Amino acid sequence: MTAPSPLWSTLTDPLVRQNPVMLQILGICSALAVTTSMATALTMAASLTVVLVLSAGIISIIRRHIPDAIRLIVQIVIVASLVIVIDQILQAYLHDISQKLSVFVSLITTNCLVLGRTESYARLNPPVPSMVDALGNGLGYSLVLVVLGSLRELFGAGKLLGWQVLPLAEQGGWFTPMSLMLLAPSAFFLLGGLVWALRSLRPEQAEPAEFVPPVTREAGE
Amino acid sequence: MADLNPFTAWRRLLALPNESRLKTVAMAFLVSAICAVLVSGATVVLRPIQAANRAAEEQARLEALVAGIPGMADLLQRSGGSLSTVVMDLARGSAAREVTPETLETALADPANWTALQAGQDIAGLGQRPNFAQIYLLRDGDRISLALLPISGAGYNGRIDAILALRGDMRTVAGLAVTRQSETPGLGARIEEPAWLASFAGKQVSDDTGTVRFSVARGTASSAYEVDGITGATRTGNAVTQIVRFWLGPQGYGPLIDAIRRGEF
Repeated sequence: MTAPSPLWSTLTDPLVRQNPVMLQILGICSALAVTTSMATALTMAASLTVVLVLSAGIISIIRRHIPDAIRLIVQIVIVASLVIVIDQILQAYLHDISQKLSVFVSLITTNCLVLGRTESYARLNPPVPSMVDALGNGLGYSLVLVVLGSLRELFGAGKLLGWQVLPLAEQGGWFTPMSLMLLAPSAFFLLGGLVWALRSLRPEQAEPAEFVPPVTREAGE
Repeated sequence: MADLNPFTAWRRLLALPNESRLKTVAMAFLVSAICAVLVSGATVVLRPIQAANRAAEEQARLEALVAGIPGMADLLQRSGGSLSTVVMDLARGSAAREVTPETLETALADPANWTALQAGQDIAGLGQRPNFAQIYLLRDGDRISLALLPISGAGYNGRIDAILALRGDMRTVAGLAVTRQSETPGLGARIEEPAWLASFAGKQVSDDTGTVRFSVARGTASSAYEVDGITGATRTGNAVTQIVRFWLGPQGYGPLIDAIRRGEF
């Protein structure tokens, strides 16, 4: 058995083993907000992945010439411009979905995931590995969004991508939609459940407890 | 003598240490300039498509508004199934002579066609209002049975655009459609919800003397002039009150409403 090439592991590591959302708990604001349906989750995931890959590529190309003093500003300017361009394209060609995503596309700028990858990886590595790493992280984020989006749409509306999968009770079927699934708290429950399931399967992901209470003898023996 | 060859100048810039002040400033400038070009390019290239999308959306909302008013489908069929579009001169309260729906956009690009509002008049927070507005009228015989009046003004977070539908008596609200708003999601943004908009139908905007009395109540509506307020959205509700009052008042469609009441339109 040959060892997998480093590029391949750069791409696949962030999918499960180093998933940015579930291990590092980055970018969950948008993961919670846009996953009420598959269509919005997919659009958001695609937008974030494109922004992440392009910004990683650009920053990696000019990485030797970014003055250290203004490196965060330079990165944010590049990311923000790409986000605006993507937002404009969505408003032009996917008007309905961009209305549903409202501010969350613009908020990709402040998504810790993007800045985290450009700052910790793209700034220090050549373009190809940087873009592969960005693609891997984008896909990892997309994976979580698609799982959350499909669960919420399926149980909240009985649909997947707009198709009625579970017959609704009010239309003569048996399924009563759980409207809680379409509200923000359900995304918290689901994401928490996913993190718990993943950390149970892979105990190495669990963090050590931050505070261990000292063992004290009960008073008043 | 400075070397003016741009190519070697560029090379020397790149060769400078990253921490030098010149290179820091140059990089900051270059990155911002390129990004500015990128962003403006995308905005300019895509604007026509976005404008078409917004126009289609507005049209769809207008149709939804008309379709949601009870009895409208019948009226629409009797009057030929479509609304007539009229550009009106707000100050005179009659149809504009020189401006048509096609030339309205060019006319409004001219600052001379806008009237600045005094502080006391400007209750909707507009600053200035156009002299011309495009309205939609539905006629039943030679009587006007429905008027769709676009209204706008400052909300809590930004501008609110809406279309107010008045019945032929020019006192009864037939419906309201919010076409643009950027209020707080979950609170003020609920002015877009069909359940709240439906509560406008049948409300009276003015009393027998013609004074505009409409308001969004704090809490539950207590008279025929009020609609229920939205909890947690007092500022947005007040903005809606002021916008409706402004546009039905003397600076807005007041002259038009008087003209229609007199049967002159």
